Amino acid sequence: MATYSTNEFKAGLKLLLDGDPQAIVENEFVKPGKGQAFNRVKLRNLRTGRVLEKTFKSGESVEAADVMDTEMQYLYNDGEFWHFMVPDTFEQYAVSEAALGDSGQWLKEQDICTVTLWNGEPLSVVSPAFTELKITQCDPGVRGDTAQGGTKPATLETGAVVKVPLFVEEGETVKVDTRNGEYVSRV
Amino acid sequence: MSDWRPGAAPARAARARLLAGLRAFFADRGVLEVETPILGRGAPQDPMLESWEARAPGGDQGYLQTSPEYPMKRLLADGAPDIYQIARVFRGGESGPRHNPEFTLLEWYRHGLDHRDLAREVMALIADQAAQSREWHAPRGCVVIPYAELFRSTLGLDPAAAEAKELERAAAARGLAVAGELDRDGWLDALISLVIAPGFPPDRLTVVVDYPESQAVLARPCPESPGYAARFELYWGDLELANGYHELTDPELFRRRRERDIAIRRARGQPLPPPDDYLEAALDAGLPDCAGVALGVDRLLMRLLGVSSLDQVLDFPWSRA
Repeated sequence: MATYSTNEFKAGLKLLLDGDPQAIVENEFVKPGKGQAFNRVKLRNLRTGRVLEKTFKSGESVEAADVMDTEMQYLYNDGEFWHFMVPDTFEQYAVSEAALGDSGQWLKEQDICTVTLWNGEPLSVVSPAFTELKITQCDPGVRGDTAQGGTKPATLETGAVVKVPLFVEEGETVKVDTRNGEYVSRV
Repeated sequence: MSDWRPGAAPARAARARLLAGLRAFFADRGVLEVETPILGRGAPQDPMLESWEARAPGGDQGYLQTSPEYPMKRLLADGAPDIYQIARVFRGGESGPRHNPEFTLLEWYRHGLDHRDLAREVMALIADQAAQSREWHAPRGCVVIPYAELFRSTLGLDPAAAEAKELERAAAARGLAVAGELDRDGWLDALISLVIAPGFPPDRLTVVVDYPESQAVLARPCPESPGYAARFELYWGDLELANGYHELTDPELFRRRRERDIAIRRARGQPLPPPDDYLEAALDAGLPDCAGVALGVDRLLMRLLGVSSLDQVLDFPWSRA
């Protein structure tokens, strides 16, 4: 069982705490000149995404979480699971809706994603930062209608809904930033 | 290597000015500048400080000083007048926005003063330095508060009497849990540095005086408050700048505390460097009645310049040293 001592703590290190894999976001060393040292640590729970603070007595050891990021290609959705494959090894993984989170709404087949594995099981998926998707439904742009800041909702081929400018039409392909869900340009 | 460049150019002239200002302050007051070895044969046994070991290929071995306290006390025991030193010191395992394993310490000793008198001189020194430039920050106001009163007024407990469990409950009530076993002193340190000090007003100097005897280090016992020692810590905002004592002169008490420190080190599996026998001999010969203080110069510079991290005042912090 691998462990990390507090003096190895740094941002990005992954620990197993309270049964969950957690990544260090920030590590602050606190010590009175003549007293006990502490590490104040901000951690992101990799399963729930929640961020919390924890204080360690310096010198304590914490179990390492066996967490690994792997590039995988999205293959298909069988209605229950989303299937991914490691391109080099053809190894396949089935990802649950819960682990997939919001990334699911941007995925189309062949996309290369970062899949985080914990003890060999998919924990979360990050889709490519930019994706190009076809608009399957949106109202025609109405000239002069600027009540919504000159945008209108458009439904994409994956089911995601993004705000697009009024001049964009149904059937066109648009580029979207998946990190904030915003329209970037027409393709 | 793109990070070869020094990183604190804006603070460089200010550092030079501060060092000159500190020397002028002591020259005005007739305090003598001294130099003592950075590399010593022994090391303090304080379980809260780890010394860096130094080895030469021929087999010579020594320790980098954690402060110039021991040799300066040997000077005093030999009859030196009031003395100060601007020294580089080294502490193992201390790294972060407010810690660098190598830093500059200003340490000085005054004959015939007690810790409260010396704390006033530290405040005068800070005010004097802050006045050097209109662009520098100056502290606003200062408060001197006994350790016991600080715990009573902020947490409603008596730090001399409270057991570890009670301190742990007081911390929990303020949202602080600590992973790892802490003894009474560990919890007192957790409370003062993680709960109490963060609440000090940012511009104010806060001097905490009279520490529990278990945290006396080399301060003499307070005659007027049993269970407490004549030690002070000075904070600027929540940043600890200085630590001082009405110095312990009793060699028997020194030996007892050192034995306790060694026992703690042994129990925790910490390294056991050879003790500095010269200090013990100097105490036997007689340390005059005096008060001494050590002040972190880099941290003082941080506060004067209003910056939040040591990296902003150190051209080459340990990560790039």
